[in-house]
Amino acid sequence: MSSAPIHRRLPLTWLGLLPFIIFVTLFLILPTIHIVIGAFQDRSGAFTLQNLRDLNTGTIPSSYWISIKISVASAALGCLIGFGMAAAVTFGAVPRWIKAPLMTFSGVASNFAGVPLAFAFLATFGPVGLITVFLRNNFGIVLQRDLGFSILSFWGLTVTYLFFQIPLMILIITPALEGLRKEWREAAEVLGATSAQYWHMVALPILFPSLLGTFALLFANAFGAVATAIALTGSALNIVPIQLFAQIRGDVLGNPNLGYAMAFGMIVITAIANVLYIWLRIRAERWLK
Amino acid sequence: MSLYARITGWIVLLFGLSYFALPLLGLTEFSLKARRGVYSLDAYAKIIHDPEFQATFSYSVAMALVTIIMGVLIVVPTAFWVRLKMPWARPYVEFITLLPLVIPAIVIVFGYIRLYNTSSWLPLTGSVMGTNLLLAFGYTTLALPYMYRAVDTGLRTIDVGTLTEAAQSLGAGWATILGRVILPNVLVAVMSGAFLTFAIVIGEFTLAALLDRPAFGPYLQRIGANKPYEPFALSVIAFAITWACMGLIQLTNRLSKHTKAAAR
Repeated sequence: MSSAPIHRRLPLTWLGLLPFIIFVTLFLILPTIHIVIGAFQDRSGAFTLQNLRDLNTGTIPSSYWISIKISVASAALGCLIGFGMAAAVTFGAVPRWIKAPLMTFSGVASNFAGVPLAFAFLATFGPVGLITVFLRNNFGIVLQRDLGFSILSFWGLTVTYLFFQIPLMILIITPALEGLRKEWREAAEVLGATSAQYWHMVALPILFPSLLGTFALLFANAFGAVATAIALTGSALNIVPIQLFAQIRGDVLGNPNLGYAMAFGMIVITAIANVLYIWLRIRAERWLK
Repeated sequence: MSLYARITGWIVLLFGLSYFALPLLGLTEFSLKARRGVYSLDAYAKIIHDPEFQATFSYSVAMALVTIIMGVLIVVPTAFWVRLKMPWARPYVEFITLLPLVIPAIVIVFGYIRLYNTSSWLPLTGSVMGTNLLLAFGYTTLALPYMYRAVDTGLRTIDVGTLTEAAQSLGAGWATILGRVILPNVLVAVMSGAFLTFAIVIGEFTLAALLDRPAFGPYLQRIGANKPYEPFALSVIAFAITWACMGLIQLTNRLSKHTKAAAR
């Protein structure tokens, strides 16, 4: 077979992907591009940077700031707790059989954002929730008054987000922890390293790209979450997805193009976080072959 | 493993597990408290007989099934074609299928509303059927990363080229090859993608709310604001469905491992 027929067939080979290309163009690419272009247009359709400048007005900067803080807090705590749990099952601090059910559970819980999750936390930490009532009746502690904790607040939302952040961390970091070779630890020990030195000078530097990458992914994950926040706080907490939701529903900003700019800001932030994740993941995989 | 490390391990694990267990416990307990003083299933009985629950729930189930069919129709031929004819295009196609994880759902649906409104070239939001269709397309987009990865993993385990040539030499056309040779061979992978899609669509809120369709997610959010116990019972049901879907994924995966082991 010469290569000539292949060359002649090449234009036709594309046709097999046509349904897919048409679908993603219409329902993924074009809608996104429409938003991005709209962010740089004024009402008459002319090019402008005014919308992006207007992001710095009213309640918008504070909503971005709260969103970023919640995303950072839930990503950091998710990384920390998830890492601890993954390490406990990977390095044999607890019986091995716990690992498989924990991974299965993580697969479920990491996908379980949304309205029901909000109700689960309301039923537990809300004004008449299980824990709230238990603490009040048995210890005389009122969550809101004595500990300053309300489920409808910054920390309330962060604690709720952890329900899908921790499992996502466990799912992603466990393979990385398994990639730490026994030989490296043994080599460190032979050279006289303490456990702390091994972690500080060998394991953590190797895991660092994975950890930072997963942090970025968890950040993006929290930043885009809409349903949990709306069901939990209504409009009490002024975060970006809630404000954008209100804007799409009823143009509360009084300027449709400012809405585009807000959405564009969301894309930029989640895109940066995801690019960071992918880049760090590629770096991390060098060690995990 | 030192004693100190063991104890730390246990503490971290138990702390984590109780963090996961408590909300589920709280939710279940609360959903049973509709009758004063005793636990009862009153909230569940009320919710199941609520016509709006029946309507929204069956709407979401129908949506999930349509989404799964659309997803299979788009993903299976594409993944097959890429493996067979255009392996060089695989990273690009895979990248595109991962985009819905990068672009927040709320941004995608924002684009839909502006792009397909009544005065546009494709006025999907102008009619009920059109909006339903748009919602199904949106769900298919959201499920794309999961569906594509599941199917592509399934295709990796079979010899696509040989199967296709064998079918072709027996006189099969492309539809026959896809429907009767490839699909049955990746059915387990398709099923696990389908269950995940089902779990995502059933409780989805953002798209359905902003396209103003009577789905289960927005209904749950709405009654959350004005009913005392029913939303909690509904959430338990939603949790149970998700768990059942994930359980079925595990089961199909395990079954496939067994059949493959037996084939070898």
